Amino acid sequence: MTGFWVALATLALATTIGVIRLRRDGRVRDGDGDRLSAADLGSVLGERATLVQFSTAFCQPCRATRRVLADVSALVPGVAHVEIDAESRLDLVRRLGIMRTPTVLVLDPAGAVVKKAAGQPRKADVLVALAAAMPEER
Amino acid sequence: MRADPRALRFGAAITSLILAATLVTGSVWLLAFQAVAFALGVVWRSPYTMLFKAFVRSAPKHTEDARPPRFAQGVGLVFAVAGLAGYLAGITPLALAATAAALLAAFLNAAFGFCLGCETYLLIRRLLPAATTEVSQ
Repeated sequence: MTGFWVALATLALATTIGVIRLRRDGRVRDGDGDRLSAADLGSVLGERATLVQFSTAFCQPCRATRRVLADVSALVPGVAHVEIDAESRLDLVRRLGIMRTPTVLVLDPAGAVVKKAAGQPRKADVLVALAAAMPEER
Repeated sequence: MRADPRALRFGAAITSLILAATLVTGSVWLLAFQAVAFALGVVWRSPYTMLFKAFVRSAPKHTEDARPPRFAQGVGLVFAVAGLAGYLAGITPLALAATAAALLAAFLNAAFGFCLGCETYLLIRRLLPAATTEVSQ
């Protein structure tokens, strides 16, 4: 009889986790004051902003995320797209507190992490986040 | 190697059913069957995928990388073996907890398309810094 209740509780817990994840996945949050240099990234920063994507081989939504970010960087001039293999850069993963892949960071021209999204972000959300990272045009 | 996502979801649904039935009945045989299915999934011979392919002939709209789900099958296998050990040794909390953990992941995959096993990969790598030599950049 215990097993029955364990099964029921597990399914209820899984449903709760699933619903929360559906709502939070890929949502863009504010960055927490970290800064990345060109040396950290192993590539130059974008002139106006940089989209940094952390990926692993064992990550299903990483490909779709790569497509979204490549689209955006092609659309908006001065925006660079850098993809980092999380496994080979565990130093950065620990420093930035990255728990999942894909994680997308939006950097301003100086490399400060302005926005952060865990999971696959929507294109519209990335564009809005970019606007926040880019310096005012004069 | 490419995978048909429909077959993976189908497999996750069958896995959920079997693991839930294991918990309800306490049957070691059901869990042993699922452990074998996980092991076959790791070597890309999942019986559930084969069953799906036997009935559904149409080609998938898109395919996905087969490595993440294979890794997740390996994670499932670890929990199934732990659960088996629990049932066989009479350690009920271990049996229930391990089987429930596998059910949680399988159900999340079947119902929501989230691959919990895949996502543990980075966490495991974070915890095991010296497991492999790293090549920077």
